[in-house]
Amino acid sequence: MAIDWFPLWLSLRVAAISTTIALVLGLWLAWALANRKFRGKEIVDAAITLPLVLPPTVLGYYLLVTFGRASPLGKVYEWAFGTPLVFTWQAAVVAALFHSTPLLIKSARAAFESVDHSFERAARNLGASEMRLFWRVTLPLTRRSILAAAALAFARALGDFGITLMIAGNIPGRTQTIALAIYDAVESGNGAAARMMVLVISAVALVILSLANRFATNPFGPRQTPL
Amino acid sequence: MIRARIRKQFPAGRDSAGFTLDVDLQAGSAITVLFGPSGSGKTLALDCIAGFVRPDEGRIMLDDDILFDGATGVHVPARNRRCGYVFQNYALFPHMTLRQNLQFAAERLPRLERHRKVNEMIEKFRLGDVPGRRPHQVSGGQKQRCSIARALIASPRFLLLDEPARGLDAPLREELYSILREVRADFRIPVLLVTHDLDEGFQLGDEMLVVRDGRIVQSGPPRTVIEQPASVEVARLLGLYNLLPVEIKALDPSRNSSRLRYKEFDLTGLYIPGHLIGDKVWMCIRRDEVRAMPREGKPGPNQIPATLENVIDRPGSLRLDFAEDLAAEMPHAQFNGSERAKEWLIEFPPASLRVI
Repeated sequence: MAIDWFPLWLSLRVAAISTTIALVLGLWLAWALANRKFRGKEIVDAAITLPLVLPPTVLGYYLLVTFGRASPLGKVYEWAFGTPLVFTWQAAVVAALFHSTPLLIKSARAAFESVDHSFERAARNLGASEMRLFWRVTLPLTRRSILAAAALAFARALGDFGITLMIAGNIPGRTQTIALAIYDAVESGNGAAARMMVLVISAVALVILSLANRFATNPFGPRQTPL
Repeated sequence: MIRARIRKQFPAGRDSAGFTLDVDLQAGSAITVLFGPSGSGKTLALDCIAGFVRPDEGRIMLDDDILFDGATGVHVPARNRRCGYVFQNYALFPHMTLRQNLQFAAERLPRLERHRKVNEMIEKFRLGDVPGRRPHQVSGGQKQRCSIARALIASPRFLLLDEPARGLDAPLREELYSILREVRADFRIPVLLVTHDLDEGFQLGDEMLVVRDGRIVQSGPPRTVIEQPASVEVARLLGLYNLLPVEIKALDPSRNSSRLRYKEFDLTGLYIPGHLIGDKVWMCIRRDEVRAMPREGKPGPNQIPATLENVIDRPGSLRLDFAEDLAAEMPHAQFNGSERAKEWLIEFPPASLRVI
């Protein structure tokens, strides 16, 4: 029988877009957490970690309340784009974003904090602005950890079920990601399709995780600070 | 000329004793050495001057420019201070080649000058064989030369070095010292060097500042500091002396002599101006100025019996450590034949006895 591959493509697309957004937002937040001192920093960090531990339904509920058609944010979105956010594939992106960004921020913060302070001091001492320091020193030094974190975030975005179900729904051909499609296939007794999709998604995740592991090895010899 | 008067306090915490840096220093166009033990605050002082650490109060001036002023809240950020800084671990960017490290530093220069200046530094600091390699692929000496070249490439207005010779073997040290002497001659900028190695301070310093517990306890040319330690504290830090607490028993200016009492022994010294009979003072005697000999019979004039505890073999001489914190240095040849002797006599020539 023919298997509908739309859910896989949708999942990959959603994960790719959400990982891109997560990199932009997440790196900025992680950098601020690692380098700036501000009040309530650890509370911000805890709030960012919350999605990792809360049940997906709780997150889905929050997002539904925040982005629903009756909410101010939902209205702004509807006014700007002409359609409501909820129950579209864009909502699946939001779901994946909230599911995966915390992981990226956590790993990126740890990576930024692991950079030897003397490199940052040296860059400033040599006249570098904070921007140049970030792009030319901090980011290249942490590039591999960041790539590994992004790969993990991508894999995690692929796997979201609960949040997507709550805010994007389970509309075949529109918002049905692979996790939802597998659930549907099992529920409707379509064992062959379920088996196939499970194997494919497992293989994809395995490849991504092994890539992440390869990124995580240190490119500059055994130590970054040769004494 | 750098003038820095800075104060920085770290309050005592649950697992730290607290620390206060309170220094007032000047450094002209020569090498000024900040000498002190680990944890004395010398690197912190350097970091304040470089702009990495903001002092609580005080003022840092470079010629007529204010780099920091606590009263008006001026704090020029590190990137605008035009300060060369050689880090303890070099801090060469590991993801860049040596050439790229220099280029990064040269970006402060006008575009047309960058390329020429990078090549000039590669030539001058003998990096011509390795500019395309990364720091972990080159030798310690090459890393060291590259880090100095990087600090100097944009013509800084002053140069700071944090224990640059730490972890280097003797030939590399000598190379570093000759590079620094060249830098002093070529660049004519104030150079501040932090070290806990007295030899290094003595070899390089035109001026030496002795730092202890966050304060400068003595300053002056190294030769003067070593010959006239300002306090028992400094003398202990320098670790070159026998320190004897004595009481002045007699003073005779006409014969330029004095009689001093150390425990139950009488010593004859030179006349001590500015002190009265009965004063208790510290005498400091360089270890290489005393004479030690195995004990035979009674102690003669200016001799003190002492028990040998330890013999330390050094490349040029031997150091004999005696009980009561006394020590003497002597050539190897003089010691031969006395290996068995336990009881010794230490003789303090009158001219070697100097009051602190």
